[in-house]
Amino acid sequence: MTATQKPRKRIRFSTVMDHIVLTLGALFMLVPMLMVFQLSTVPDAEIIQRGPSLNIGDQLDDNFVKAMFEASGFSGENTGVSMLINSFILGIGFAVGKIILGMMAAYAIVYFRLRFATLAFWAIFTTLLLPLEVRILPSYEIVQSLGMLNTYQGLIIPLIASATATFFFRQFFLSVPEELVAAARIDGAGPVKFFIDILVPLSRTMIAAMFIIMFVYGWNQYLWPTMITTEEDMYTLVRGIKQIIQVFEGTNLPEYGRGNLLALIAVIPPVLIVVFFQSWFVKGLTESDK
Amino acid sequence: MKRALFSNIWLPVALLLPQLVIIAVFFYWPAGYAVQSSFYLQDPFGFGSTFVGTGNYESLFRNNEYLKIANFTLWFTVIVTFFSLAIALILAVKADRVIRGAKTYRTLLMWVYAVAPPVAGFIAVIMFNQSWGPLTEFFALFGYRFQVGVNFNDTAFAMILTSIWKQVPVNFIFFLSGLQSIPRSVREAALIDNRSASGRFWTVTFPLLAPTGFFLLIINITYALFDTFGIVDTVVKGEPGNNPMTLVYKVYVDGFRGNDLGGSSAQSVVLMALVLALTFVQFRLVERRIHYT
Amino acid sequence: MAVVHFDAVQKIYPNGFEAVKPASFHIEDGEFVVLVGPSGCGKSTMLRMIAGLEDISDGVLQIGGRVVNDIDPADRDIAMVFQNYALYPHMSVRNNIGYGLKNRAVPRDVIAAKVEEAAKMLNLSDYLDRKPSQLSGGQRQRVAMGRAIVRDPALFLFDEPLSNLDAKLRNQMRIEIKALQRRLGVTSVYVTHDQVEAMTMADRIIVMNGGVIEQIGTPAEIYKTPASTFVASFMGAPPMNLLQVTREGAGLRLADQVLNIAAADIDETVTLGIRPEDIVPDPNGSLSIHVDIIEELGAHRLLHGRLEEQSITVHVPKDHDVTTGMSRFSMPLNAVSLFDAKSGRRLS
Repeated sequence: MTATQKPRKRIRFSTVMDHIVLTLGALFMLVPMLMVFQLSTVPDAEIIQRGPSLNIGDQLDDNFVKAMFEASGFSGENTGVSMLINSFILGIGFAVGKIILGMMAAYAIVYFRLRFATLAFWAIFTTLLLPLEVRILPSYEIVQSLGMLNTYQGLIIPLIASATATFFFRQFFLSVPEELVAAARIDGAGPVKFFIDILVPLSRTMIAAMFIIMFVYGWNQYLWPTMITTEEDMYTLVRGIKQIIQVFEGTNLPEYGRGNLLALIAVIPPVLIVVFFQSWFVKGLTESDK
Repeated sequence: MKRALFSNIWLPVALLLPQLVIIAVFFYWPAGYAVQSSFYLQDPFGFGSTFVGTGNYESLFRNNEYLKIANFTLWFTVIVTFFSLAIALILAVKADRVIRGAKTYRTLLMWVYAVAPPVAGFIAVIMFNQSWGPLTEFFALFGYRFQVGVNFNDTAFAMILTSIWKQVPVNFIFFLSGLQSIPRSVREAALIDNRSASGRFWTVTFPLLAPTGFFLLIINITYALFDTFGIVDTVVKGEPGNNPMTLVYKVYVDGFRGNDLGGSSAQSVVLMALVLALTFVQFRLVERRIHYT
Repeated sequence: MAVVHFDAVQKIYPNGFEAVKPASFHIEDGEFVVLVGPSGCGKSTMLRMIAGLEDISDGVLQIGGRVVNDIDPADRDIAMVFQNYALYPHMSVRNNIGYGLKNRAVPRDVIAAKVEEAAKMLNLSDYLDRKPSQLSGGQRQRVAMGRAIVRDPALFLFDEPLSNLDAKLRNQMRIEIKALQRRLGVTSVYVTHDQVEAMTMADRIIVMNGGVIEQIGTPAEIYKTPASTFVASFMGAPPMNLLQVTREGAGLRLADQVLNIAAADIDETVTLGIRPEDIVPDPNGSLSIHVDIIEELGAHRLLHGRLEEQSITVHVPKDHDVTTGMSRFSMPLNAVSLFDAKSGRRLS
């Protein structure tokens, strides 16, 4: 009788394959960065001799001191610390600016009767179409003529001139039930109170998600900072990468350890934010770009 | 659209003003300026400019070097888009299926999103270091001398590989979220209707992912055209020479290094037209045909 | 057509939660069995184990005499109708219905004929080229049915297929599904949390609670002789009255009267169950009930009141005049069920 036969545990071949493929994918992503880390722990002479290896050396703190505090370049003003600070200013300034402007504009578009609302809407949303890269030179000329080269505002404000955040918040505000406004008005809240007491707290998760995405986007900007910052004390870490490579090329004994560590430092803050706030980040990304 | 709910007149204007001013100054002005200067020839020494009509465009499309770069950009875009989508789709399908370690895999496959393109390029420079780069050594095993920055194809390979590495995470995130939005019961119905796993994938999962896929197609083309700037610039180490480059990089090289504002602006306008065409395709064709709800 | 045989089938999730305790029962060929119980009782898990969508942790499951524990869903010769229909949104109605056949290498003309036939049976002929998004809820439901029918499976599985429909449509579909099953004669397992669906559709009902089968029986058996206080209160609307009684001499004391029920082998306290319609108004009756609320339901009335401190519901005909306040009732002793007060099990 079949009733006595025990069911066997199924070991699925396909499950094993899934894990193999995923592990390979994870390694494909991870190995290059592990190599950068390894190179920042060994003496430069060893790198020149044998390149990356499995040997984790003891030079990490030495390289850290060099990377963070020792000046490089010509002016001697772009230490790792100054670049790190600039990167944070760019990342945070960009994210905050974009969120504030975006929320304000989205609030005006969704909650008010405006004669030129349609026009404003289209004027703002057309900016979604053209990335900064295609109008980079004229933008440079304009920033130059406004005397904003090598300033934080020159660095940040032109990057804000697009509507991604506005669009994102508009979508979110449209999903907020209309009854809420009616209830707030019955409770005596005007438009400013409604915005501050109800809409902003309701948008907390959205703001967090937007902040993560915008911070990473700002932090990782390269082309614009490359053009707009020529003074070394204005360099961001990402902007400084090219200089590191050029220094590698031009010297007999390149400081590989220090260069790799700077690259690592340029990556760590945005990566940590993305990893730790993964669910917000994924939500913001998949909902905003649609 | 939502019914307008507050009737103040000046408040919304005040709320919109900052956004509109910034957009006017840093979007419409430069965009208009680019269109305008594309019709002028600027004196290289900065003594004014002359109207040349479509002259800049004509010389652009007669310029063999530009056409070569356009050709390279096309291939670069096609290859990067195809492979980063394909790899991400495979990984997303697997990540969606495993139970054990699902979260760890997800994190390990998406963190590269946060790596800046020039840092990715930096890693490529290390990987392909002429004397000790691990990938150079790998190719040497097969007797091939890999020379990034010297050999055109080798440099192109390094750029493409790096660009794919950098783009897989974004596609992975979107594909995974697309897969997870397919109702469980629909997959289970397929499980009952079709015994072949690959059959189920191609007849049910893949068509249901199509909207995500088309959206990503546009995103990836835009990425390959524009966001790879940092990778191209670092892999060629800021020395274009005879190295492969993309159209955006050419705009930068001609305009910023070569001071050819007119020619560079004409190139910008061509790129703008390209982006607008892409957006048009996205809205018209894709949105209409591939939506199920 | 097939019999389904459960032998100590059990489901334990990796986190240790035992969703279904070892269950053994048998479903006859052509039988319509309804699995009913509150949410989380394990009825859906049971169905999903039959479908092969959930692994069986232990025990043996046979469909048509074949052990199916390790057989893929597609090879079990089953068809399933899902709660939210699970239609393929990118396929037309025609392709939705024909998809399972296409994958079994059925010739095109045969598929076309079968789809047409099923569509006719379900009044879907005019909608074959539409996408699911262009259909109403009831039509989607029919497409899901059509998809199951064309396959000529050995076993139909239904996972709360009517719960997304409005009340009127639900009543109508209930009758249609039952009629269809009669006509096709296919063994069916139907999961629902709605006891009305269970009572009206089933040949036999399996009542589940907390992963355990409380009772298996025909609707009449379940209604008349519930195996536990859980079954008594879950099946039937309004539910059976459950009253605490104490032993007194050879009988049982309920409020101010002693019922003459042989109760030799039972504990001090017992739960007495009586259906609301089994309590009848009787000026000379021995039950004094204080009526608090009268619910007018048209065809009949429900009286909610108290028998001393215990709440009680009585079902009376529409022409019976009642007022709130004290009234007298009586109940026939053969309509009474007795349950162990501690375990809730029925006492014979």
